[in-house]
Amino acid sequence: MGQYFFKLPDLGEGIVEAEIAALHVKTGDMVTEDQPLIDMMTDKATVEIPSPVGGKILTINGKPGEMIAVGSAMVVFEVEGAGNQNRNENENSDAEVPAEPAVEAPTVKKENIPKESDVKPAVKPDVKSAPASISDSASGEKSDNPLASPAVRQRALEADIDLYRVPGSGPVGRITHQDLDDFIAAGGRISMPGKQKRTAIQEIPVIGIRRKIAERMELSKRSIPHYSYVEEVDVTEVEKLRCFLNENRTEDQPKLSILPFIMMATLKGMEKFPECNSHYDPEHNLVRRFSGVHLGIASQTPNGLMVPVVSHAETRDIWNMASEMMRVSSAARAGKAKREELSGSTVTITSLGKMGGIATTPVINYPEVCIIGVNKIVPRPMVINGTGIEIRQMMNLSSSFDHRVVDGFVAAELIQYIKGALEQPATLFM
Amino acid sequence: MSMKCKLLVIGAGPGGYVAAIRAGQLGIDTIIVESDRAGGTCLIRGCIPSKALIHAADKYAQFTAHNGKGHLGIKLSAKPELDFAKTIAWKEGIVNRLNSGVEALLKKAKVKQITGWAKFKDAKTCEVDTQGGIVTIMAEHVILANGSKAAELPFLPFGGDILSSTGALSLTKVPEKFVVVGAGYIGLELGIAYRKLGSEVTFIEADTKILSTYDKELTAPVQQWLNKHDVNVHLGAKASGWQDNKLSYKDKDGNEQKIAADKLLVTVGRRPNVKGWGLENMAVDMENGFIKIDKYCRTSMKNVWAIGDITGEPMLAHRASAQGEAVAEIIAGKKREFNPVAIAAVCFTDPEIIAVGISHDEAKADNIETIVGKFPLMANGRALTMEAAEGGGFVRITARADNHVILGIHAVGPHVSELSGEFALALEMGARLEDIAGTIHVHPTVTESFAEASLAALGHAIHI
Repeated sequence: MGQYFFKLPDLGEGIVEAEIAALHVKTGDMVTEDQPLIDMMTDKATVEIPSPVGGKILTINGKPGEMIAVGSAMVVFEVEGAGNQNRNENENSDAEVPAEPAVEAPTVKKENIPKESDVKPAVKPDVKSAPASISDSASGEKSDNPLASPAVRQRALEADIDLYRVPGSGPVGRITHQDLDDFIAAGGRISMPGKQKRTAIQEIPVIGIRRKIAERMELSKRSIPHYSYVEEVDVTEVEKLRCFLNENRTEDQPKLSILPFIMMATLKGMEKFPECNSHYDPEHNLVRRFSGVHLGIASQTPNGLMVPVVSHAETRDIWNMASEMMRVSSAARAGKAKREELSGSTVTITSLGKMGGIATTPVINYPEVCIIGVNKIVPRPMVINGTGIEIRQMMNLSSSFDHRVVDGFVAAELIQYIKGALEQPATLFM
Repeated sequence: MSMKCKLLVIGAGPGGYVAAIRAGQLGIDTIIVESDRAGGTCLIRGCIPSKALIHAADKYAQFTAHNGKGHLGIKLSAKPELDFAKTIAWKEGIVNRLNSGVEALLKKAKVKQITGWAKFKDAKTCEVDTQGGIVTIMAEHVILANGSKAAELPFLPFGGDILSSTGALSLTKVPEKFVVVGAGYIGLELGIAYRKLGSEVTFIEADTKILSTYDKELTAPVQQWLNKHDVNVHLGAKASGWQDNKLSYKDKDGNEQKIAADKLLVTVGRRPNVKGWGLENMAVDMENGFIKIDKYCRTSMKNVWAIGDITGEPMLAHRASAQGEAVAEIIAGKKREFNPVAIAAVCFTDPEIIAVGISHDEAKADNIETIVGKFPLMANGRALTMEAAEGGGFVRITARADNHVILGIHAVGPHVSELSGEFALALEMGARLEDIAGTIHVHPTVTESFAEASLAALGHAIHI
């Protein structure tokens, strides 16, 4: 049996470190080659890293949320044959372990970061698919004894308190004297059936995509002076057109929601007001104005908010716009979106569909300068031509702009233009 | 003569005398009955005398090492001379001191001591056969602390040159050929001591490994010592008889063998003392040959309590004492229970072994996922300066993988027995690896290995 050190491979794009998003295996597991090991998250995408060998997992250096440097030993396997390393720093043998090993600091070992090809095992292991470890850690609920010092246990015994009922504030729920005092003070001694105070606080690490979202939201709100503009749009006509198109679509055409129409209108708006189809780079005092329009579509995924991108909207018709939007957003939901499908947007549309509310204050997708929020469509009585009242399908657009580079007047012009395009849907296709 | 008391303690070993002292401190009218001197197996014929012998043997072996070419630049021009009778007398001196110390403590606690053989007529009435005649004692509470004795093999009855551990501690001269049946901790402690004193030592062990309750990693350094010092260990071998100072046994291949010995030590475990004192008259439930108790050390008979070896494994003095203290307090009306997280066990072999809590294998059997950190004494500065680094010693910590709460600590190496207190404390306090790693351990001491083993489990030991 040998040890196989699996180092985090180069994930490309000059990435020097990546965050562990999820572990699919645990120490002691038997794995087969190519079995998913770890999900690593880089700036944008989550990459699933398969096992390079078959064998037993001895060590996993890191847990979800921790950053791992490219080239550092991430997982140590026990494999058939000699393994790929004979360094024994983790070895438990009684072999020569240097007495004063300060010189052997592990940093020296960083020099030869292996390429993907190097991390293949020296000896191809012949592991028949071993049964997965049955050990299912019985953590939390079924712990044998409450964690408490002998003195605390004795006090609880004297006070007739079942320590199982005392919430511990110490590390991993260790019960302190203070916890016991609090429990007694709170009347825990008289055990009341029924309602009891809940004092436990669950600590949820903000990691992976969740942390990225937090960082990006903070970056946007901290650096961009937002201002928002809300306008109502009469979508009665465009809704009629949408229904007509859906009724007469061919089989290969997707069913249209209102969103592709808003995307079309936004595209037209960007073409007319290119200052809004930009990234602002304050460090270089530059606005990068894009000729192509890449529409970010804010989407809720099981992992949180993501922004898949419909690139080069200017090349797409309504049908293609819709199908591309569905493709990238479902890829994002499934966690399978590629890095390029999650980056490069020049303007973002955010829609909560039926939960769209009356108005929102969307947060700009940094470093963009404009975001358009779509509120829900509701039938409302509207005054037509100053004389009659009609029931019209009404929808608000709530948009935010980077006031550093987009003046209020321009923003208003853009939204009025988009409103016009949606209210006269024929113009969308001109 | 007849007497009455609130508490009657039977047996003045480390369980009984501690219970009696604590009861006396709490103002309980207490009588303790012991047929021998106070101190029990531990003090009179176990822990203490064996440690004295082990120490003397070790000293002798050290001096011997300085003869000839010398060692550490220290050279003795002649071999040390062993006057074994004086060694045994010195050991007896320690036993006597501790014995009189215990008796003085009992007296100070106002415990009445009666020497004689106790026999129960019923659960609360006891007749003691003393020098001055039969004394009948009626007690409200009874603590049974009768202890255990060395197990005997029917075909190797103790007597003559067949020794129990007790006999092996009182020899008048060092045997030339010393054969030990049973390579458990008692046999190994004494066998190694006699090897150091110059005996030719052979072990006959029925199991396939020495110290069978410990994992192989832990016992390997002891095995290594035995190999290095030409001690033969016959594993899978079954002793069958003794004639003309020859032990017959069947080796692991089933072949009949004979081995000559001046003295034969039989250490095949210990049996609870459940016979000959009227236990059968007390209506106390038994379990696997031991007295059955609950976490308050209550037996099935009201106000009859039992502590120590008679209640089962682990048969360790410190367990008995802790139980005794708890029971005395319960009888005095305090709320107590005997519910330790862990009881450390130490083998005073060479090198010493400590085990506290559970090992990774035992955790696995319980479906607990663990992480293990191990630190070799070879990388510990203090161990090097005490010649304790050689021989494969280490400290090993097993912790839960999910929350790093320490489940067990195991160590092997010279002097490591002194670390057992910190190990037990860590478990009782519910320490996590981070707690140990975050406690500054004095440099240079062997205890640094404990912190380093924690760091190793966390994946970042400094000195390995």
